Amino acid sequence: MSDLKILLNFERNGKSHTLESYKQRSGYKTVEAAFKKYSPADIVEEVKKSGIRGRGGAGFPAGLKWSFLPKDSDKPVYLICNGDEGEPGTFKDRVILEENPHMLIEGIILSSYAINAKHAYIYIRGEYGYALRQTQQAVDEAYKAGYLGEKLPGTGYQCDITVHKGAGAYVVGDETGLMNSIEGKKGQTRNKPPFPAVEGLYGCPTIINNVETLASVPYIVENGGEVYGKIGTEKSTGTKLLSVSGHVRKPGVYEVIMGDSFMDFLKNQCGGILDGKKLKAVIPGGSSTPVLRPEDCEKMTIDYESITAAGSSLGSGAVIVIAEGTCMIKLLEVLAHFYHHESCGQCTPCREGTGWLLKIIKRIEEGGGKMEDIDTLTSITKHIAFHTICPLGDAACGPIDSFVEKFREEFVEHIEKGGCPYNGKFTRLQKRI
Amino acid sequence: MEFTEAELKQLEQLRTRYPDNRSLTLPCMWMIQKREGFISNEACQLIATELDIPRIWVEEVRSWYSMFTEKEEGKYVLEVCNNISCSLLGSQQIIDYLCDKLNIKVGETTDDGMFTIKTAECLGSCGTGPMMQIGDNYYELLDAEKVDAILEDLRNGKEHAQQPQQFPEYK
Ligand SMILES: Cc1cc2nc3c(=O)[nH]c(=O)nc-3n(C[C@H](O)[C@H](O)[C@H](O)COP(=O)(O)O)c2cc1C
Ligand code: SF4
Ligand code: FES
Repeated sequence: MSDLKILLNFERNGKSHTLESYKQRSGYKTVEAAFKKYSPADIVEEVKKSGIRGRGGAGFPAGLKWSFLPKDSDKPVYLICNGDEGEPGTFKDRVILEENPHMLIEGIILSSYAINAKHAYIYIRGEYGYALRQTQQAVDEAYKAGYLGEKLPGTGYQCDITVHKGAGAYVVGDETGLMNSIEGKKGQTRNKPPFPAVEGLYGCPTIINNVETLASVPYIVENGGEVYGKIGTEKSTGTKLLSVSGHVRKPGVYEVIMGDSFMDFLKNQCGGILDGKKLKAVIPGGSSTPVLRPEDCEKMTIDYESITAAGSSLGSGAVIVIAEGTCMIKLLEVLAHFYHHESCGQCTPCREGTGWLLKIIKRIEEGGGKMEDIDTLTSITKHIAFHTICPLGDAACGPIDSFVEKFREEFVEHIEKGGCPYNGKFTRLQKRI
Repeated sequence: MEFTEAELKQLEQLRTRYPDNRSLTLPCMWMIQKREGFISNEACQLIATELDIPRIWVEEVRSWYSMFTEKEEGKYVLEVCNNISCSLLGSQQIIDYLCDKLNIKVGETTDDGMFTIKTAECLGSCGTGPMMQIGDNYYELLDAEKVDAILEDLRNGKEHAQQPQQFPEYK
């Protein structure tokens, strides 16, 4: 376990978001050097070599995504930074937006240069008032210092950044929903194809990347893709921010090297389980990723392949820790409620199906469940997953299928008892600090 | 209803940032909601005229996003996250406590027009839950005592200045 910090390379002293602090950490050095040293294609090549995969949830290789842009288009190219951060359990982009926004801005400048975008939008969820203020302030500073705007120092190259405030909706986090939202529309998703790289924002070629992905670009360009590619495992390169929450002694945002042992991380860095309890379950990558039992996590390491092999997914890196004594059915009800609430209603399977799922889970939790309800749940998910426009439908099914698979006995217990063995409550909050 | 001088100036600025007027829909709506506390039909018309788009487009946007409101609410809207991580740490108890204390149900406003209680989906504060959003700020690591102090402060017109997340270390 090494303590290399790429994204969290600052002291949390309330000043890290300023230009002065960023420059003390050699900030913006890369930009100045890169324009002299590299052509746009060189930067795409370095990002490809780095192997970095998108940190927004899907894990798509960033360099490859960039290379999908049409070479012969005369339309402007747009870059969008996805700071919607809506996946329940996730709060890591917030740390960058609030406490290290200049690193993100430098990453956006380099990425814009690489893909020949003159204008980038940072889309931040409307609830993130503080992140919006901190990031806007950093953008203003960067304009004043000449890093943004017309003709960047030493080049004829122009880069503008506009911070765009969202207004609340999980599905807007999807790249096509995000584009509609910037265009001033309802944030409903679009059918693909056309893919954003070909026909995106305002009908123009568009690249959308997560905050964490773009904030990693300055390090990659400064040190070279090869150096970044050597960090972590062969297929999961680099460091990853994890948002750790739930029944854990030291919740927070951690930067880990891909490939580290999950259980060691939980025990040593996160201080183990709250109140010295036993671990009951882990949701390793945000609410959409399948739940795991402790035994599934024993050999798991923190990288895309290992978590997939364990039966879940690294997703956005949101680790939700669940201690013994927690009612899994109640927990699933919370999640089912979320997906039903956030379904945008365009596709019948998602709109209706998420409602049925919620109703059945609620019924089981409240004591009115029947044995056949359990299989009804998984038969409904079969009709939602992969039958919808956007992946929200699939996301809603991941928790249901995995809870039924891994904690079937708890469904049975609820139905046999005709009620919740935990009295429908999570353990009562006490002052623990 | 009209845009103020300052708002119009801000709009001029914003127009240079987007190739299409319609992109100013959300920024305009935020302007109005900040000033009025909600977005009336009249406000939708004002925005539609300013951007030269149909009013129904603005109304659709208003009803689609969860943060825009159509009606006047309490001076302070307390939005308590009740999603997964917060609920594991007792957000339902915080909601019950607030309802008891203010003597209203979720979705209602106190008689003096000071407080409205709402629940929210995950607000990206899961490591510092239970938490609630009030206006532009987050109030994190809530317990009964903290809730009492926050309500008292707000009654005296005192909103806190948000700081970066302070992650706790539990025993
Ligand atoms: C319903 C839904 C919500 C999403 N929410 C987010 C989000 O909050 N932040 C994010 O970066 N990506 C989110 N995504 C993924 C984006 O569509 C997109 O893949 C990502 O921003 C691409 O960036 P990356 O390749 O750098 O990960 C979401 C996808 C879906 C289907
Ligand atoms: S899957 Fe659900 S959220 Fe996605 S477009 Fe269809 S209805 Fe909307
Ligand atoms: S679960 Fe409450 S802020 Fe994320």
